[in-house]
Amino acid sequence: MNAQTQITEVTPSGETREMSYAEAIRDAMAIALDRDPTVVLMGEDIGTYGGAFQVTLDLIDRYGPDRVMDTPISELGGAGVAVGAALTGLKPIFEFQFSDFAALAMEQIVNQAAKLRYMLGGEAAVPVVFRMPAGSGTGAAAQHSQSFEAWFGHVPGLKVVQPSTPEDAKGLLLAALADPDPVIVFEHKLLYKMKGQVPTGYYTTPIGKAAIRRTGSDVTIVASAIMVHRALEAAAKLAEEGIEVEVIDLRSVRPIDRDTIIASVKKTGKLLCVYEGVRTLGVGAEISALIAESEAFDYLDAPIQRLGGAEAPIPYNPDLERAAVPQKADIETVARRLAKGEV
Amino acid sequence: MIVQDNIPFAIRHFAPAQLREALRKMHLIRLFEEGAEESYMRGLIHGTMHLSIGQEASAVATCMELTDADKITSTHRGHGHCIAKGADVGRMFAEFFGKETGYCHGRGGSMHIADVKTGNLGANGIVGGGLPIAVGAALTAKRLGRDDVTVCFFGDGANNEGAFHEALNMAAIWKLPVIFVCENNKYGMSTPATYATAVPNIADRAAAYSMPGVTVDGNDFSAVAEALHIAIARARAGEGPSLVENLTYRWRGHSKSDRNRYRTKDEIEDWMSRDPIARFRAELIAHGVLDAAGAEAVEAEAKQAVADGVEFAKASPAPGIADVTKFVHAEEAA
Ligand SMILES: Cc1ncc(C[n+]2csc(CCOP(=O)(O)OP(=O)(O)O)c2C)c(N)n1
Ligand SMILES: [Mg+2]
Repeated sequence: MNAQTQITEVTPSGETREMSYAEAIRDAMAIALDRDPTVVLMGEDIGTYGGAFQVTLDLIDRYGPDRVMDTPISELGGAGVAVGAALTGLKPIFEFQFSDFAALAMEQIVNQAAKLRYMLGGEAAVPVVFRMPAGSGTGAAAQHSQSFEAWFGHVPGLKVVQPSTPEDAKGLLLAALADPDPVIVFEHKLLYKMKGQVPTGYYTTPIGKAAIRRTGSDVTIVASAIMVHRALEAAAKLAEEGIEVEVIDLRSVRPIDRDTIIASVKKTGKLLCVYEGVRTLGVGAEISALIAESEAFDYLDAPIQRLGGAEAPIPYNPDLERAAVPQKADIETVARRLAKGEV
Repeated sequence: MIVQDNIPFAIRHFAPAQLREALRKMHLIRLFEEGAEESYMRGLIHGTMHLSIGQEASAVATCMELTDADKITSTHRGHGHCIAKGADVGRMFAEFFGKETGYCHGRGGSMHIADVKTGNLGANGIVGGGLPIAVGAALTAKRLGRDDVTVCFFGDGANNEGAFHEALNMAAIWKLPVIFVCENNKYGMSTPATYATAVPNIADRAAAYSMPGVTVDGNDFSAVAEALHIAIARARAGEGPSLVENLTYRWRGHSKSDRNRYRTKDEIEDWMSRDPIARFRAELIAHGVLDAAGAEAVEAEAKQAVADGVEFAKASPAPGIADVTKFVHAEEAA
């Protein structure tokens, strides 16, 4: 395997252990519960059931129902209770069973959590974390498969992260918890079982910093969550043809790491944005615009390309579902055409 | 000579042919879901499914007096409602198999199964999603001067969504022809209703919205049919909404990925011994509506319909990939 495709970053502490993405998130929550008595977990079926995706798993046995709280099926109220608790001294990590159900809680997240500090002139803080399993690929259809990162990324006052590796899943969750403001963590459902080396103990992954997962000089791909892995697979294939793709893992939608993206595009002159959310008005639109507005614009050798979700809800039929979001072959095709000057 | 008073409501109220059809539908629901389970195991169905095995009396008895003009809103656990309202199991299997001939043309799957032509406005992936929609359907009937009613199915878990409270209040203040039918199967996923809900019975909530609320044995076909008879009559007479709570139990896990850690084997077995289908079937035989051979024939009919349905679904074409954005909006005029 090419050293450039190695996803795990070596961390100063050295000690790592192999964990799945889900285990890494659980490890982060256990560390948080141990470190800070004000941390509480809230969500539907996160106790005995262990969470719909078995992320909290046995935390109820280890920390008890006062710290691992099953809520009734009340997303708006539950999120609001988390906001109120955060406002007054607790540090809740609130799990939505699926990110889609955050639509029921938009009021508390968007109108309250995101704006309280500002509306109160800096006199209040809402250090709440919302965990949201996101994305398609599970056959769960239109109301259980969405990618809302652009929705929340549009709201000043929120921070929005999308870890693509077990290491980042842990580090970004701990960073979210350490952050004095509300943070949304999108966890991709198809990554929960993915394994990787994860540093043991407490550490944080900075919010707002992208990661270069593979270096290359021909084309820049900016991708997030599962798309990072599809982009890396496409890049490995294209390398066999002599096309060197640089793959940037966005990691954070808000704030967005302009510097890393601009520097890469200045080097390659070609940009492809790959994201699972609906293509129109999605994260790729923001990335395209920031390049168009920056000094990197002069370095572009081809029009910017975007691959995003279809302009449709996620369909049930598996072939349609695959067709509704970018796949490795789509990325490969567009990146190749970009590299060859065919767009 | 049977004493009139000891005859269950359903036996007195419905014609033998209707009762026979009700039994057929209950068997059909059970067999359909067993067929769906098997198809899932064989990889013909993907995603997940929420089975209502054990809750068949609630679905069928609730829909007994509904016509195609009457509407229902259903839930994620909606196969039974769909069949009870009159859907064809072949088109349901086709939907589960992701086929173009399915009720949702392969776009929705189990969680969005619907049959708008028979008045089923659809299952729902969002807990509580159907509650205000049902109120809207009842508003249409009232505004347009029609006498159709809407039955809104929801679970014990859904009664803690804000949408439940908002919907019941509006139905009450506008006296709309809607019947809220709670299928209380004791759990919302793993969370016991006794933990999640502040009142002992979901029907107690009705008092807060000035509507009648009753709790019935949801595995007793006749008890459910009688409660609905009263509520539907009230709705059709323009007297407003009602809340009926059917106490029942799902035999299977919440979905395909349930480890059943929150309930005991004893509890599951106890409820399995209270099989609503066996009970209704025995009742029909006891009251001379059917004999044992007649009941066997009803079950065999249902079995055949399921077998035929699976074959229809297997043989059906899948939607074309190019049509991924079809149905997002109304078809544009050419
Ligand atoms: C708004 C929303 N929250 C959570 C879920 C996940 N979920 C699906 S079904 C379910 C339990 C619903 O319980 P209940 O209403 O009692 O219906 P039952 O499953 O018992 O039939 C949950 C939590 C969802 N689909 N929608
Ligand atoms: Mg329930």
